[in-house]
Amino acid sequence: MATSINAEHVGKFFRRYREKPTSLKERIIRFRLTSEQFWALRDVSFEVSQGETLGLLGPNGSGKTTMLKIIAGILRPNEGQVTTTGRIASLLALGAGFHRELTGRENVYLNASMLGLSRAEITARFPEIVEFAELSEFIDNQVKFYSDGMYVRLGFAVAVHVDPAILLVDEVLAVGDIGFQQKCLAKIQEFQREGRTIVFVTHSPELVLRVCDRVVLLSHGEKVGEGNPRDTVRDFRSLMHREQLAYGWDQGNRDIEIVSAEIFGSGGEAREWFAPGDGLVIQVDLKAHRPTPDPVVSFAIHDEENRKVFETNSDWRGVTWPVFEGKHRVQFHVRSLPFIDGRYFVTLAVHSRDARTVYHLHEQHYSFDVVRGPENPGLVWIPVECRTEPL
Amino acid sequence: MLRFSAGSRPNRPFEGDIPLATESVHAVVRTSEPPRLHPAARFRELLGVRQTLGDLVRKELKIRYKSSILGMAWSMLNPLLYMAVFSLVFGIILPNPIPHFPVYILSGLLAWNLFSTSLNVGARSVVDNQNLVTKVYFPREILPLSSVGTAIVDGGLQTLVLLLFMLFFRSYHPGINWLLLPPAIAVLLTFTAALGMFISALNVRYRDTQYLLTIVLLIWFWVTPIVYPSAKLVNRHVFGLPVEKVFMLNPIADVVFAFQRVFYGVVQPPGQPQPILLPVSVGELAALLAAALVGSLVLLYVAWRTYFLMSGDFAEEL
Repeated sequence: MATSINAEHVGKFFRRYREKPTSLKERIIRFRLTSEQFWALRDVSFEVSQGETLGLLGPNGSGKTTMLKIIAGILRPNEGQVTTTGRIASLLALGAGFHRELTGRENVYLNASMLGLSRAEITARFPEIVEFAELSEFIDNQVKFYSDGMYVRLGFAVAVHVDPAILLVDEVLAVGDIGFQQKCLAKIQEFQREGRTIVFVTHSPELVLRVCDRVVLLSHGEKVGEGNPRDTVRDFRSLMHREQLAYGWDQGNRDIEIVSAEIFGSGGEAREWFAPGDGLVIQVDLKAHRPTPDPVVSFAIHDEENRKVFETNSDWRGVTWPVFEGKHRVQFHVRSLPFIDGRYFVTLAVHSRDARTVYHLHEQHYSFDVVRGPENPGLVWIPVECRTEPL
Repeated sequence: MLRFSAGSRPNRPFEGDIPLATESVHAVVRTSEPPRLHPAARFRELLGVRQTLGDLVRKELKIRYKSSILGMAWSMLNPLLYMAVFSLVFGIILPNPIPHFPVYILSGLLAWNLFSTSLNVGARSVVDNQNLVTKVYFPREILPLSSVGTAIVDGGLQTLVLLLFMLFFRSYHPGINWLLLPPAIAVLLTFTAALGMFISALNVRYRDTQYLLTIVLLIWFWVTPIVYPSAKLVNRHVFGLPVEKVFMLNPIADVVFAFQRVFYGVVQPPGQPQPILLPVSVGELAALLAAALVGSLVLLYVAWRTYFLMSGDFAEEL
């Protein structure tokens, strides 16, 4: 298979100026500049074969967009080299260069021309572009009257109609309504069938699993993993967890201390992962350093995007201690997990009833994985029993 | 280094086929080496994107005229207002001996406006198109060049105004002086493009370049014989230097000399005690333009190289 993109030991640094002179005047006054280099990418190598869809996965600031810009030719690497074969279109450029005062039609011509299409080519594809963007009524209106969604739709429509051999996609599917997102995904799948090469930058494991053939995992500008989507996504999740631990809070006055905590299956067994609908137990061992009146033990679950999906506490579940003394073990029995897929992070806390005093807080110190099976499409797990009887 | 094979931006007719990675498509290599300008190859690449350049010029003009009532008329109004103001000053307050003053001043302004508009707009061309530069690859030269293109369209409209006045005063002087026009335009465009590239690149790094430019252009306007008779420069000395020779080092002054000779025509209008235009032969002016052209071409090469080198980092600087 022909190689479409070959990145060899690519490195890119940016300069961080403590106070960068942005005027000639300052430049003349302060001749010596203090700057520090920081490497956004270092020694990253990978190949993409023609027709392959590669995912660049990594947390924010891992250098994935920088990599994409180097492939696109917008940034120049400081080390190594990138070889590409064929016309590149990048969805970095979504609506880039659209001018508010111009009409949709004028912007399509300008944008497509910047992306390398000739006038005849644009005219030939124009109806298709407008139809894809669902903007036939508004195409002769000035873009400044467009909604954000319309703007993005038109940008996407132009980008996918420039007939690229290599398509670079950067987080664009995060915008637009669900219907349009589906349409974009369908277009991307069409590109895959046509044998075009796609590089997909994202921090959404969900998309990687749906779209990519192979994944390169980046962290702090280095390649830390490469392989099939499933394994790499798992690596990515543990990476995210480790990073979060580094920032995780451990605070409180320790009147009551969280001595240890564990998450295990409802039968008491250690589990590497859970299936949707499985039960789970969160167990906390607490030790009071002084007798404390009326404490509350809470736990919360956050998803990978740091949204709190659930919270409850001992009080709401009917457990109270008029005065907490000595050691106690607290167990929260989750009867059935409603999650379908992903890594979830558990926060544990012991605090006063009014939550003004925190005795001990472990912010997202613990995590568990839920792995979907082939029989679990959808967003949430709903326990359903199926019955039948002869009539 | 950014080296692009000439075929990297295909100007393929639309056939509905997909240019997949085959032998027919050149591989593009981007390495860490600093870019070296290969003028011939780069020029071919720029030729390949001339349509995009045209689109940018059109965009610039459309935006300028879209939300204005007078639209294109503004381009003609600008020299008219200049002319009106200077006619007032030099006709009534400080009387001057130039007959057909509007033709005289408009011929100089034509060259000057092209130069100064190109630089003023060009200085901001890269910064203003930030969202393009940080997101799309294209040869960055087309940004300052599009500013020159816009100024050329403006210049065309202003020429109409000039021609109207020439018609009104019946001051048309055919002859070999018209042969000066093509070389004068060549000097004007070369010199303007060179400075435009240099200034737009500088403005990316130091944003006060555009303000500094305003001041420099103000001084430059007055050291170019646009509103006063060029002949006044002759036989004057400043610090022992002949003023006319010093002015000739200014390529824009050379262009203005030539434009005046072409459009105004007569060095010493009948009935005038003194010459108005520089009293030199057309041949001498041609030689002057030739020298200016050589100088401008050298400057263009240097500016282009600098621009090319700096443009690799535009996306970071913005």
